[in-house]
Amino acid sequence: MGFMATAESYVLAIGTKKGLWLARSTDRKEWSLSGPHFLMSEIPSIGIDTRGDNPRIMVGVRSEHWGPTVAHSDDLGATWTEPEQGAIKFPEGTDAALERIWQIYPDSASRPGVVWAGCEPISVWKSTDGGEHFELNRGLWDHPHRSEWGAGYGGAAAHSIVVNPSGENVHVAMSTGGVYRSLDGGASWEARNKGIQVRFMPDPYPEFGQCVHKIAADAAVEGRLYAQNHHGVYRTDDNGENWISIAEGLPADFGFVMLTHPRREGTAWVVPIKADSERIPPDGHLAVHRTDDAGNTWKRLDVGLPDHEYNAVLRDAAAVDSAEPVGVYFGTRGGSVYASADEGESFIEVASHLPDVLCVRAAVVSGDLAELAAAPTASGLPA
Amino acid sequence: MSDITVVLPSVLQPLAGGQSYLTTPANGAVTVESLLDAVTGDYPVLARRLRDETGSLRRYVNIYVNGEEVRRLKGLDTEVAAGQEVLIIQSVAGG
Repeated sequence: MGFMATAESYVLAIGTKKGLWLARSTDRKEWSLSGPHFLMSEIPSIGIDTRGDNPRIMVGVRSEHWGPTVAHSDDLGATWTEPEQGAIKFPEGTDAALERIWQIYPDSASRPGVVWAGCEPISVWKSTDGGEHFELNRGLWDHPHRSEWGAGYGGAAAHSIVVNPSGENVHVAMSTGGVYRSLDGGASWEARNKGIQVRFMPDPYPEFGQCVHKIAADAAVEGRLYAQNHHGVYRTDDNGENWISIAEGLPADFGFVMLTHPRREGTAWVVPIKADSERIPPDGHLAVHRTDDAGNTWKRLDVGLPDHEYNAVLRDAAAVDSAEPVGVYFGTRGGSVYASADEGESFIEVASHLPDVLCVRAAVVSGDLAELAAAPTASGLPA
Repeated sequence: MSDITVVLPSVLQPLAGGQSYLTTPANGAVTVESLLDAVTGDYPVLARRLRDETGSLRRYVNIYVNGEEVRRLKGLDTEVAAGQEVLIIQSVAGG
């Protein structure tokens, strides 16, 4: 089915444990699903780069047999390209091998071509050619703390990368290690976890070692970031120097997701999970919670969500788009994907019974590709 | 001099131009490592599917020489004789 004579459409990319699905819509009410792409490879990371004339979808692909790689598509998933030598490859002398790409983060429009990646083993990478080749960030790789960083349940990875508008301030979050900040565009890094609690170590407030699950920046207030921790929801107003709890008003302070509004000050979304030891939505009732005042108060949002849900929502299995009002999307480990076209006030189910959802990303597509037919039912890379 | 043949699983054949096997002359002492270097030299994506950037064989890729899985022999240092067939087979993984 094609989308004729429309100036804009929406693309929702769904990365799962067994492949990628792509959904297209012209109104964010009716969605057309294609896939699986990369069947039997997991897709833990997706970046949709809308800075150029046509959107580029980048995916971190990992086959249990054949290892990890980065592929990209410039035609919304009809065809995929993989650089012959691989986009991310540890340099000689590091004695490390890429395990998994956890994050693909297109930088701001003022730095076209710059794409960041966060990987396992814990490392940050930067591309200046639109995600085709990445270079290891040596400042973080050579950090004296590195030998003490640990592995969360899902692996040891840098999973969040946030770059401020000027490009000077870069925050990364890793599990486990916590938040690290660079004030020089990524050349040097310092741990910035003051106020973030650790429940699984003797010292509840160490300099580093926290299991911060996700961080996101307030789009309108420089130096303000939000964090969903392994128990604890936090905000910093001073660029990471101090973190304060904003968990009051939430049904639980555990969870993996942290989303922020692309333009509006003080708006963020979380998806609470009951506890580390009980990884289900509180009481089995799945709900998104949104704050519009930087975490002082939270609003429960569950219209359109199922009465009972016992699957968790993983850290990158949630995203916002850039439309007005903002769309909110998330997927569960039970393979359901939900979309809201009204900032979370109401949801519809876009997909169900997919494999575990690991990552979702959404974008507004304009230009020629907005009218392109939905991608074919299957594509990907050999092996 | 006999060639050494490396037999590819069907899922990897598109990465070798559709070939089901690759051959290389048995010049001098050949190890599994030098054999993989030789036969994947023109197919860098195939090379990355088999070994990571440290040169290690990926965990769930099995290579058989004369019917023996090389991890039970000398790993990538296992010698391969002229005329022998080397099988690449993916092991069981995932769920």
